[in-house]
Amino acid sequence: MKLTCLSKGSSFHFPPSHILTICGIRILLECPIDLSSLSIFSPIPTDSHPYPDVEFSNSSENSPISDSGCPKRRRIEGTLQASDLIRAEPWYKMVKNLQLWDVSSIDVVLISTPMGMLGLPFLTRDPRFSAKIYATEATARLGRLMMEDLISMHYEFTQVYGVEELGFPQWMKWEEIEVLPLLLREIAMGKNGAELGNWQPLYSAANVEDCVQKVQTLKYAEEACYNGSVVIKAFSSGLEIGSSNWMINGPRRNITYLSSSIFESAHAKEFDYLSLQGNDLVLFSDLSLLHGMTTLDKNAHDRKNHIRLEVNDLRPSTSSAFRDKGNDGDEFMKSLVNTNEITEEMDKLSFICSCAINCVQGGGSVLIPLSRLGIALQLLEQMSLFLESSCLKVPIFVISSVAEETFAFTNVVPEWLCKQRQEKLYSGKALFGHVEFIEEKKIHVFPAMYSSNLLRTWKEPCIVFCSHWSLRIGPVVHLLQRWRGDPNSLLVLEEGVDVDVALTPFKPMAMKVLQCSFLSGIKMQKVQPLLELLKPKIVLLPKELRMQLQAASVSSVISIYRKTCKLYYYEGETLVIPSLRLDFEADLSKDLAFQLQPRRTSQENIAVARFRGELLVSQGKHLLVSAMEPVEFQQGQLLHWGSIDQNRLLQALQEKGISGSLDNRSITDSPSLIYIDKPSRALIQISATGTIISAADEALASLIFEAVNSVLDGI
Amino acid sequence: MAIECLVLGAGQEVGKSCVVVSIGGKRIMFDCGMHMGYLDHRRYPDFSRISESGDFDSAITCIIITHFHLDHIGALPYFTEVCGYRGPIYMTYPTRALAPLMLEDYRKVMVDRRGEKELFSSDDIIECMKKVIAVDLKQTIYVDRDLQIRAYYAGHVIGAAMFYAKVGDSTMVYTGDYNMTPDRHLGAAQIDRLQLDLLITESTYATTIRDSKYAREREFLKAVHKCISGGGKVLIPTFALGRAQELCILLDDYWERMNLKVPIYFSAGLTIQANMYYKMLIGWTSQRIKDSYSIHNTFDFKHVCPFDRSLITAPGPCVLFATPGMISGGFSLEVFKQWAPSEMNLVTLPGYCVAGTIGHKLMSGKPTRIDLDKDTHIDVRCQIHQLSFSPHTDGKGIMDLIRFLMPQHVILVHGEKPKMATLKGKIQSELGIQCYDPANNDTVHIPSTQVVKVDITKMFIRTSFSATPKSIKTGVDGISDSISQDSAALPLIQIGDERRSEGILVMEKTKKAKVVHEDELLQTLGVAEHKVQFAYCCPVYVSTIEHIKGNELSSIISKPNGDTGVSCLLESNSPSLSLAEHKQTLMGSELGASDQCAWLHRLYIKLIEKCSGMDLQEFSDHLQLSSLHICLCPNKDCPFRIERGSKGRSMAFFCCSWSLVDENLAWRVLSIMKDLDLSQ
Repeated sequence: MKLTCLSKGSSFHFPPSHILTICGIRILLECPIDLSSLSIFSPIPTDSHPYPDVEFSNSSENSPISDSGCPKRRRIEGTLQASDLIRAEPWYKMVKNLQLWDVSSIDVVLISTPMGMLGLPFLTRDPRFSAKIYATEATARLGRLMMEDLISMHYEFTQVYGVEELGFPQWMKWEEIEVLPLLLREIAMGKNGAELGNWQPLYSAANVEDCVQKVQTLKYAEEACYNGSVVIKAFSSGLEIGSSNWMINGPRRNITYLSSSIFESAHAKEFDYLSLQGNDLVLFSDLSLLHGMTTLDKNAHDRKNHIRLEVNDLRPSTSSAFRDKGNDGDEFMKSLVNTNEITEEMDKLSFICSCAINCVQGGGSVLIPLSRLGIALQLLEQMSLFLESSCLKVPIFVISSVAEETFAFTNVVPEWLCKQRQEKLYSGKALFGHVEFIEEKKIHVFPAMYSSNLLRTWKEPCIVFCSHWSLRIGPVVHLLQRWRGDPNSLLVLEEGVDVDVALTPFKPMAMKVLQCSFLSGIKMQKVQPLLELLKPKIVLLPKELRMQLQAASVSSVISIYRKTCKLYYYEGETLVIPSLRLDFEADLSKDLAFQLQPRRTSQENIAVARFRGELLVSQGKHLLVSAMEPVEFQQGQLLHWGSIDQNRLLQALQEKGISGSLDNRSITDSPSLIYIDKPSRALIQISATGTIISAADEALASLIFEAVNSVLDGI
Repeated sequence: MAIECLVLGAGQEVGKSCVVVSIGGKRIMFDCGMHMGYLDHRRYPDFSRISESGDFDSAITCIIITHFHLDHIGALPYFTEVCGYRGPIYMTYPTRALAPLMLEDYRKVMVDRRGEKELFSSDDIIECMKKVIAVDLKQTIYVDRDLQIRAYYAGHVIGAAMFYAKVGDSTMVYTGDYNMTPDRHLGAAQIDRLQLDLLITESTYATTIRDSKYAREREFLKAVHKCISGGGKVLIPTFALGRAQELCILLDDYWERMNLKVPIYFSAGLTIQANMYYKMLIGWTSQRIKDSYSIHNTFDFKHVCPFDRSLITAPGPCVLFATPGMISGGFSLEVFKQWAPSEMNLVTLPGYCVAGTIGHKLMSGKPTRIDLDKDTHIDVRCQIHQLSFSPHTDGKGIMDLIRFLMPQHVILVHGEKPKMATLKGKIQSELGIQCYDPANNDTVHIPSTQVVKVDITKMFIRTSFSATPKSIKTGVDGISDSISQDSAALPLIQIGDERRSEGILVMEKTKKAKVVHEDELLQTLGVAEHKVQFAYCCPVYVSTIEHIKGNELSSIISKPNGDTGVSCLLESNSPSLSLAEHKQTLMGSELGASDQCAWLHRLYIKLIEKCSGMDLQEFSDHLQLSSLHICLCPNKDCPFRIERGSKGRSMAFFCCSWSLVDENLAWRVLSIMKDLDLSQ
């Protein structure tokens, strides 16, 4: 078994991706796209905000066009400006290192979240792609909606720039890349320049349709069997509606693939960690802890109109809750669940809502480009309640090409939701609050900015939920350009977005910015108790977690990994995992067992039996059954071992009426001979490794053979 | 391991479904229903047969409920809250959502209307439902380490499921009620092709083969349309769930198509609320409805208007869905009293009504007057339309399901005794499957398949899955049967499907048995092979030596008069030369090479002549046929030269060796060689 970490990902929206080879089957884990890299492109120009050509001359770094014919010269330093961004139809950046793999060699693709699906059409549109794709029903559905939304947002660019000609776009040429500011250049081609090949022009609606057709959808805990030998099951991870962790059970390996998981969720079905127990190996791929670290470094500086809201969950917990408890499993479970994750998240949402209320009371509008479905749905509920309780008649607009369908979908999937939402089903109430609010016309849903209905109902101040969090595509661009100069208005962004780069085209910004982090994975202090509970023999961890885990395990009395072998994986490198079992497990059917004719051997306690049957494989299980037709076995043994006791052989010959004499030469190495004279001449030549029977007629030869056979071990 | 099946209800009858199945120490109760036809102790299953002490928690591992109909769930609150069962209960999400409505409605009817002593309270229902674990279709749920269960779509009502259960290697399916044909709002039953020891199936329509329901639907719509266009009122007494939605979809569609404006009413309460549930549970309905929900949720009926009591006597046509079905009381009876006396009106009844209800009276004959009690009677002048509409599979569907699953045993429940007996006979004669139709409180014992756990090696698997043309070769005798090219090609194709695997099972005390490939056996046992072979140095006549040109040949022919001068050249001192050394000596001698070729070649030609079709291969120093190895023997003292040949004729000796596999083949070749004369 081998694991190659293709990419560690960077956020909730860009999960890690791996390639796992097990039993000769190559499995791609997740196929996301890095939408944060859209930030190198300039958003489409709008009427209210034409291209700021003036800024060219304003910029001191930009020298006037020289005679040498070089239109732009690379700026060495300074802050990023709107003019630095690439003005072209955006391309999209796939998982790095994936292009190094032959598409046709991938056998299976597992998709855990809708985000992990966004790059899939890039693969499925390749005619050589033939892998089987597994995702939960809900993930496939939401993934499809997200892809469709992306296409519809992207369409605005096609309208501006026209249909792109074939081949590589102008901006990808070396001369162009070279003059990009360092920050953008790094996004475009990675630190070592290897990532330029990951850019792809966006797929079409037909590609998406085709891709979705190829996905085999599953329920949680439904067994899917690949190739008869590997059983794949999805279990809820709690991150998003339909998101999953996986169990991959091969004939010699039982693997738990652990993606970002949330123990308690206020919308999606809870992290089902109990079902993941009992596997040999855990691939720990919840890298949300790492994602948090990088963004913290980047956004360390303050901005005056920038409110930050975060709950720092990075440090290993020093709380004594973990220290003074025994190895009791129940205690572990309590410590896993009982940390008020929901309350913390709800507090964040309440904070956002109160900021929004303040904002609209001050006459400003609120722009919320959050693409996390669960967060958006909860925020809509909360926001409506907040508005109601503060008696404000401020409309909430949801502008997205797929909003209506998403809302319809989220209200018919009780099986995929958390306990509290399921209780709503049982009491006959709508699963999410938005259903009621839409009916009461408190929330207005529109497919696009330019729909005539929107213009008719539009009223400011208002609260708008719309796409996309990269601030480059979608309705958010238009609204941001409208409100960026309004100091009373508020923009709500998610932690993880590089605000500097993201806001570049909208500068100068007078608008307030609220950035907040949401829980997007297992908290550090829960990693160890979880692994303790799962009890794997081997756990695969990212090398970046090594220090933190060691630090944590020192502070903890429980040494979890006494029996667990920890292996660390690195991005872009292949890790070979030693096998734990040599043989395969199988079932032998009763009818075949009854046909067996075991033969004892001279070795104590060992018997052997030759059989002929059929080997069936289904649901990852091998079953040996007797063949349908009667077995016609060639009688007599074909394989012998051990050595011949000559006296026993002579005796055995005697019993069959054959008499002979032993001719033992003095030479020790040479084989001994037995000369047969009755019933007719024959010879047996015996050595340590073999016996040769020589007789002139068939009957005698086979009689002698029988005698030899009776004194040898054989089958 | 055996499966033991205790039928507590629905044995040779319809009502109070309850089967307790014991497999490998686990005990599962499938359904916990009540009988609508009885009011005494017979209405519930006889739970005392499960545990006399009443300790149901240790007696039963879990309860599985297939759907929310009262004859499948009616006794559940009684069993959990009154009898005290506290273990897990499994049912699908829709059943979990809708069962409390059904139970509460029933409780109300019992207590409020009939004034009976209540057997369980509203709180009991709520408490009971808290013990429920809701499951989705196809999820494999581990109840405990050994017991796994899985739900499959049954299509009978929303959320109805067939349940698969597995303990160890014993497997079974309990179908509950199911429908093999899709209707308007539900799909047909779906199940994987499982290997089953036991199938417990309903048999409501054991012997009926139903025709298409479209004709019946058309008739129904025609009757309704006729009535409303004549200004009449249509009363559809129905249960709140299932039939109501099905008929309403039918009418809503028809109204849309015909552009009708006549109002459709739902009697307040349960049905309106039920539609809310149906909207959220749309994922459990038919494919057509599921596909269209994002544009329009089918259960947002366009032509349905809210109803209030004053509308009963309001003039003008309308259609009204009213509970309960069968007009056994309540609101539907109230409306019936008002509407029955007018011949303009129409009442549609379901196919089946319990005896004693007004629905039953209306269906049996055409009464003009119905006595409610001593003092009140109703004049019935309205039209009566009967729409038999039953989401149960028919006899053909049952047979189809059994044929698809091909279980080892079948138990029939939930049907009428004589029809079940007929179906049982059919299953046994047509499918050759052992079938039972136990009565209530009977127990059926069923043996189940057993397997032995073994380890198998990688090599064994690899050889098992590579197509095995080898097995053909050993089966075909190369010599006597001359196989033409065409017939040889045929079995090769068949072999691809066969996947015969041969191996050796190594059983060691205190260890798991292991299956190895033949080639791995010695290594597994840690022993060295002892090769047993046969050898024979066969004399062949070469009588007329003149035909052979060149002197060299004489070197290896031992002359009858014993002149061995030249042959000394190649002679080896050791009489006990092993075969391998033997070959080596010959290979090493350059002198002999061409001679050997000549003689060997002659032998080759002769052998091929004698038996065509033989797969004899010629090499420079030997001939090979499977394991039979033939080479010219230069050693006059060859130990395998058992026979010296008859005197007076020139002989060439060919040393032959073979292993046991080719015993027959070798002797046949030898007998040919003995009769040969190479010089001819």
